[in-house]
Amino acid sequence: MTTFIAPALSYSLLAPILIVLGGAVLGVIAEAFLSRAIRPTVQLSIALGTLVLALAQVWRIRHASSLTAAMSSVTVDGPAILLQGSVLIIAILGVFLIADQDHFTTLAAALPGSPEERDAQRAGEKLTEVYPLTLFAVAGMLLFPIATDLITLFVALEVLSLPLYLMAGLSRRRRLLSQEAALKYFLLGAFSSAFFLFGSAFLYGYSGSLSLAGIHTAVEASSGNQVFLLIGLAFLSVGLLFKVSAVPFHAWTPDVYQGAPTPVTAFMAAATKIAAFGAMLRIFYTAFANAYWEWRPLLTIIAVITMLFGAVVAIAQRDIKRMLAYSSIAHAGFLITGVLALNKSGLDATIFYLFAYGIATIGAFAIVTLVRDSSGEVTDMNRWAGLGKRSPFIATVFATLLLAFAGIPLTSGFIGKFSIFSAAYESGNKAVVVVGVLSSAIAAYFYIRVIVLMFFTDPLDDGTSVVIPSILTRATVIISFAVTIFLGVFPTPLLNFISSTAIFIR
Amino acid sequence: MSNAWLTSLGLLPLLGAFLVSVLPEKNTLLIKRAALGTTLVVAGVAIAMATQFQRDNVNFQFVETHQWIPSLGINYAVGVDGIALVLILLSVLLAPIVVLAGWNEALGGRWSVKTFYILLLILETMMIGVFASTDVFLFYVFFEAMLIPVYFLIGGYGSGARSAAAVKFLIYSLFGGLLMLASIIALYVLSGDQGGHTFDINALSHLHMSSTTENMLFLGFFIAFAIKAPVWPFHTWLPDAAESATPGTSVLLLGVLDKVGTFGMIRYCLTLFPHATKTFTPIILVLAVISIIYGAFLAIGQKDFKRLIAYTSISHFGFITMGIFAMTSQGQSGATLYMFNHGFSTAALFLVAGWMSSRRGSSRIADFGGLQRVTPVMAWVFFFAGMSSLALPGLSSFVSEFLVLVGTYTRYPVAAVIGAFGIVLAALYILIPVQRALHGPVTEGNENLPDLNLREKVAIAPVVAVILVLGFYPSPLLRVINPGAAHSIAQAGFSDPLSSIEKAGK
Repeated sequence: MTTFIAPALSYSLLAPILIVLGGAVLGVIAEAFLSRAIRPTVQLSIALGTLVLALAQVWRIRHASSLTAAMSSVTVDGPAILLQGSVLIIAILGVFLIADQDHFTTLAAALPGSPEERDAQRAGEKLTEVYPLTLFAVAGMLLFPIATDLITLFVALEVLSLPLYLMAGLSRRRRLLSQEAALKYFLLGAFSSAFFLFGSAFLYGYSGSLSLAGIHTAVEASSGNQVFLLIGLAFLSVGLLFKVSAVPFHAWTPDVYQGAPTPVTAFMAAATKIAAFGAMLRIFYTAFANAYWEWRPLLTIIAVITMLFGAVVAIAQRDIKRMLAYSSIAHAGFLITGVLALNKSGLDATIFYLFAYGIATIGAFAIVTLVRDSSGEVTDMNRWAGLGKRSPFIATVFATLLLAFAGIPLTSGFIGKFSIFSAAYESGNKAVVVVGVLSSAIAAYFYIRVIVLMFFTDPLDDGTSVVIPSILTRATVIISFAVTIFLGVFPTPLLNFISSTAIFIR
Repeated sequence: MSNAWLTSLGLLPLLGAFLVSVLPEKNTLLIKRAALGTTLVVAGVAIAMATQFQRDNVNFQFVETHQWIPSLGINYAVGVDGIALVLILLSVLLAPIVVLAGWNEALGGRWSVKTFYILLLILETMMIGVFASTDVFLFYVFFEAMLIPVYFLIGGYGSGARSAAAVKFLIYSLFGGLLMLASIIALYVLSGDQGGHTFDINALSHLHMSSTTENMLFLGFFIAFAIKAPVWPFHTWLPDAAESATPGTSVLLLGVLDKVGTFGMIRYCLTLFPHATKTFTPIILVLAVISIIYGAFLAIGQKDFKRLIAYTSISHFGFITMGIFAMTSQGQSGATLYMFNHGFSTAALFLVAGWMSSRRGSSRIADFGGLQRVTPVMAWVFFFAGMSSLALPGLSSFVSEFLVLVGTYTRYPVAAVIGAFGIVLAALYILIPVQRALHGPVTEGNENLPDLNLREKVAIAPVVAVILVLGFYPSPLLRVINPGAAHSIAQAGFSDPLSSIEKAGK
């Protein structure tokens, strides 16, 4: 009879995840027992407190590294710390936006247009489930980039995805569209999870191990059935590429970005990308680094079509949220070139880019939440005309963020693009650099078109206005603007921090 | 202090912009005076700096280097040689003239007078920076960032289809800039392979690269500069931009910003890629000659003064490009002097054309007639500017055009001969509008046009003086230019061809 060995866990290294999960559970309890009147305040405090605490813990363990924090199923190392920190910072800004309850339905369970919904609205109810849901998603996002075996990866993927499916359907206005988006996201997401699992099974068949280290050993020894490796790799990648919305797995992106309540879109667009690219970096840089001839050609093609497709299709968009969705697809393409580089500078550049892009994205969506008329947010781009006249400050910030997306110097986007393309060039992938530069030029066109609309077109007289932002939303906008400029002018501290910290351990 | 010249010079306009931004919006007179004062101070400081310049020293002077983004090898490094100094002088001398001449041109804009001058002063900082940078990355930052103020100056304060023109300008320039970025990334990676990442122009000029790489990188830079200059067939944005911009903006656009293109050819194409320069010289000369003839022919056919001036400039940029790629020290000096002179003669033309059209409410040539009798001073200034544009002997542009042609003839006689036809066509495109607008009977609508007022006379006087003085006595400027020009030819690995007498002597 074998003796039972208690698993050894280093709690301090796992603390960021545990804190967030604890906060989420606390939120669920609060939801059940507290009176309706004080719930919004309490939930917001729990969520923010938890996230800040977790961030502080990440900072405390920033020099730690361990392969055995949880029985070899997670690895805490430099990239893990950086990615977790980024996710938490984005999550804090995201919660700032979510705190504006006006975007959420009052009673998610009620049918759209039903008497129950009307009653709930009349009673002025607030939807507070969204906070614990956010925290669960954040916990999944914290786990995803540090997980080192396929089962943990899958669990993390599900933990981060399921709350997001729900959150996408919570919009107060245009509820049917929102629910359609949620369903679409759920169905396609379920498919991609299945692919991921299927790929994991093949990789297990190939290497006889579920851990990334085991797969790495098998790849190095080039033992096992190469066909299994190929199939496993392909299906695993499908699951990951779906999450980062790379072409051809992007179909959900525009609909979900458009249908979801904008604060959720902001959080999801920025944080999911960080978590999913984090996992992708770890998987490709550690487990499959030696099998690069298997995945690089295919991933190169995906990067190229993702960049071009996102940039070209964005031109045709008339809705600001859909435009930002296609722009995020194009950016996913840029980020894949960083993964493809498969060198230290590629790793550094991708992490920098993820952070810079995440911050700018959340700021951009924060501004989308502010442009409204009597029936809610105005996302039709033509009605953004003359925003520069109505609200010069907001329009200037939005223009700056768009210029950052376009990669104009003195914004964080430029440094990000420069470092990611130079890493790709360094790895010898010159064609990708040329395509990347060309699609940046295409992308610049539609960013500039929005700037033209805001500044060079006369406002329509249709009741569109910029609402006065709440303090938290204002904080998000200002932080995102300041960080975008600061990282464009003085990127050195962050670049140095990343390059000295970001070293994968195996 | 001796080394902080360029930084102080660059910061002064920014300081002025800040000063303007805190002045009360209503008090436009004070704002204009502050802007004028700033530009005058800057011009004074620049002249004081120029007196410290050592003419025979071919190294960069007033050098200042600080680390900016050390992790990417990027420095804040500035310094000037004779060529750069002349172009900085051109920028800072034109700036106060533009402010004074276009005293009321900000009034028809979308935004306040204050914003106009803030943009203008920021632009001046960037113009100084772009010529002073000796770090390729820093140059790129200025090169791209200066598009933004110009874009808003055209789109916000121009006339006619101003936003379309502004967007066209921006898209063309961004596209070129991104091609250049690809080349810069390649330089960065190459320098990293050969002893450490750097963007220092001197260090980069010693890089080893294969001839294919060199050719590709050369093209990345050259196309960006050819769009900027503009050289046929990359010129189509210029007439639209010049037609829509205010006269003052046009002066800066054609007089200074476009020179960044030709300056870049000398500073970057020749220095960094000498072998590729040799390879592409024949093709570029063909493009230059086409520009000369094509620009001149199209100028003859124009019905609008502003478009006419734009096309004459395309012709003149053909001359400058020809002079640069003739690869003789005379051609090179001539081209640099041409850049300076073209700045002043275009300024004269644009300013007078601007005054004419603001008085008449139209810039169509057909709307004018007999101005000589109604507004003699304005008519004479226009005539004078026209003569300078067609390079009448005794005026400054004659000297530079002659030098370019002589310099080109010694190596590429065919190009010089065909290019010389441009002079004949110049007589046509200047004399026809002069005859129609100034001479003949006073046509309807022109009877009561007021002549130049004191402010306008004061603004145009220095321009006329510079054109006259340099026409008779160009040597102060040439003595500054010549060593730098000869140095850049030598760096590109060329030497002046021997004359037949020298050959006979050998």
